[in-house]
Amino acid sequence: MGKMVLTVDDSATMRQMVAFILKSAGYQVMEAADGENGLRASKAQQFDLVLTDQNMPGMDGLALIKALRALPQYETTPILMLTTETGETMKAQGRAAGATGWLVKPFDPQKLLDVVQKVVG
Amino acid sequence: MTIDISRFAQTFFDEALEHLASMESLLLATNLNAPDPEDLNGIFRAAHSIKGGAATFGFSALAEITHILENQLDRVRKGIMPLRADMVDTFLETSDLLKGMVQTYQSGDEISPATTVDACSKLHALETGGTAAKGWHLQLVAPGISHERLAGLAVTLQGQGWRADPDFPRDHAFICSSQASAAELTAALGAILAPHEFVLRPFSMARAAPVPLQSRVADPGVHEKESGTRLFEARQSPGQLDLANDIAEEDESYGLFSPRGTLAAASFAASSAAEEDGPPVAAVPDGTRPPPGVPMPEAAILRTASASTESGSIRVSTEKVDDLMNLVGELVITQAMLSQLAGQLDPAINELLLNGIGQLERNTRELQEAAMSIRMMPISFVFNRFPRLVRDTASKLGKRVRLAMHGEQTELDRGLIEKLSDPLTHLVRNSLDHGIETAEVRRAKGKDEVGALTLRAFDQGGNVVIQVADDGAGLNRARILAKAQSQGMKVHDGMSDGEVWQLIFEPGFSTAETVTDVSGRGVGMDVVRRNIQAMGGRIDIETRTDIGTIITIRLPLTLAILEGMAVRVDGEVYVIPLAFIIESLQPSSNELRTVSGHGRVLAVREEYMPVVTLQHVFGGAPRACDKGLFVILEAELGKIALHVDELIGQYQVVIKSLETNFRKVDGLSGATIMGDGRVALIVDIESLVRIALGRTVSEAA
Repeated sequence: MGKMVLTVDDSATMRQMVAFILKSAGYQVMEAADGENGLRASKAQQFDLVLTDQNMPGMDGLALIKALRALPQYETTPILMLTTETGETMKAQGRAAGATGWLVKPFDPQKLLDVVQKVVG
Repeated sequence: MTIDISRFAQTFFDEALEHLASMESLLLATNLNAPDPEDLNGIFRAAHSIKGGAATFGFSALAEITHILENQLDRVRKGIMPLRADMVDTFLETSDLLKGMVQTYQSGDEISPATTVDACSKLHALETGGTAAKGWHLQLVAPGISHERLAGLAVTLQGQGWRADPDFPRDHAFICSSQASAAELTAALGAILAPHEFVLRPFSMARAAPVPLQSRVADPGVHEKESGTRLFEARQSPGQLDLANDIAEEDESYGLFSPRGTLAAASFAASSAAEEDGPPVAAVPDGTRPPPGVPMPEAAILRTASASTESGSIRVSTEKVDDLMNLVGELVITQAMLSQLAGQLDPAINELLLNGIGQLERNTRELQEAAMSIRMMPISFVFNRFPRLVRDTASKLGKRVRLAMHGEQTELDRGLIEKLSDPLTHLVRNSLDHGIETAEVRRAKGKDEVGALTLRAFDQGGNVVIQVADDGAGLNRARILAKAQSQGMKVHDGMSDGEVWQLIFEPGFSTAETVTDVSGRGVGMDVVRRNIQAMGGRIDIETRTDIGTIITIRLPLTLAILEGMAVRVDGEVYVIPLAFIIESLQPSSNELRTVSGHGRVLAVREEYMPVVTLQHVFGGAPRACDKGLFVILEAELGKIALHVDELIGQYQVVIKSLETNFRKVDGLSGATIMGDGRVALIVDIESLVRIALGRTVSEAA
């Protein structure tokens, strides 16, 4: 069985694309449309990697990362932010929240796979 | 591995159109004086999502406009730029344009560059538009400005109300929204910068030319390591992290933070360190690395969980749904046949069979209801377009109108929803154009200057009722009569109000004193009525001078099933839609009279209505109709008494099109198959009444 990845994004296009790319590389992917659902899904089962958008209605990406890091089972799980912002502020906020790293949207499919492989193998 | 992402383009198109629709409704609902921050966020997010997707799929024109739109919305959201009415207009215009662009991309066509430039400059112009203060754009041009000086500059300028442009790290640019003169600003800057180190420009057209987005997206991080970055860091509060030392690796499209404290997974630290200089490690085959301590969940659980995060709906082609409806219709007929046959069996001997047939009847009805509900859609699909339409139309007419909508969740057959759109649009336009008066007129009449237009939908006994109500001038009886007369219509002063109002539905009728580009030449109300009648519905008008007008449309819930009364005439079975039947009666002979000029009439409680036989309408041997049953039917044109031999009973019938199976027959709206397998014709009451009344008049003439 492949590793479990959760992709959290309010855009169905983005979720489906991420899911498709990762599934085609043998990962198992679950989708969530916002932070709350992402958090609920993460509590229901253990993921090996969480990919999250930043700007979402309700609980945003940073809030989700903070909430996940507060859970003992997600203390060390890689969490990547998929973001369109590349400013230092975003990076600092991501870092402070506990993100493992970031990936700039739009991304090249191969790039997504490379980065994912770097963090989860 | 090459991955083709173009297969997701359709999802993106759907999603983009949804985002645009929600952006539009949020914009329309926004209160300019006190915008709801969550609404502003929603509007921003819509633009943001479209931008992201558009850039992903390489729709550069779309990405470029949404990028600027997003920036402007971001400023509004953060309170840097207060929301103004002209901005809402521009945003709405842009949203229309984007809708068109999405469709253009969808059909694979090219976007004209002029459109893009135009839209971008309009959006940019918002920053300086209206009465807002002119701003200034400061660009640092000298290469040798030290980080310390830049940091100092940032602090100083921020203290004076300057702020960094969103692209600041790359552009070395600041924006000032102060109204200070160029001389004052140059003097202030002179304290920090040498004259050759900066360029100060009025902030308007300087940035109106669209910045090519491609280059930004392609190399967003190229300048990250330049001095601008440091400047940003310098501006951070002292307690903040030193990011430069915190990033383990990064390139233009991604980055990984160095592991720190307990956050760092040992494996992650090792792998990222090992890969820092080399190419990414090839994918490790599954199974060689054991998954982390938690057991894998079943695939089935996964799917359920995943479904719960979606809205739980699927897209199905209408063709499939129509096939299903047809099959259910056939099943209903078969079931009716079985029930009828079972009625002849001995209940004592066939108890089990009869129980089974009873069960089948219940299941069939439930199945039928469930299948029908698939086709049901909330009427909000039609109503949603009206806030925009009313806003635009009212402003074009220079009127002030408040739109209220009720019962948007009322459900109606999908086929009807689609057909309802045009007639409703027409009625709304008419109300705005001819109904609601201008503010001056309203004030003179002592009414609220803002006119009220109400759209309402609700269920009423198997029908859906839709009302378009305005508090305008109301219909003018004298004017309608005069107009009708001048159009050569047959009118007289003794006509009831109801008959007079119906005149506006006659072809070519218009009382508009001036032709406007909103409701055109008045042609169309006849089309409205024809469309509504074609859906099996009816349209009524109530109006009071200076109080307002209510136009009521009644539609059957669905096109597929009809609640009807089966009657026998000359051995044939006909079905009369129940909605038109007022009563059935067996009159005494003195209630049937011959009135000169009107043929046979039936007197019911002091009211006289023409007697009609189906032979009379469809041709056939004339028959005596002095005895027997009469069904009183009320259509828009008036009441008639239809002579029948026998009332068979009330049935729910499945409507089969006569047009597709035979041909269109005037006076019939379709056919159905009865439980005994015989075909029964469904009578179209509106046209029956029209034919019958027309004939009595012409016979009299």
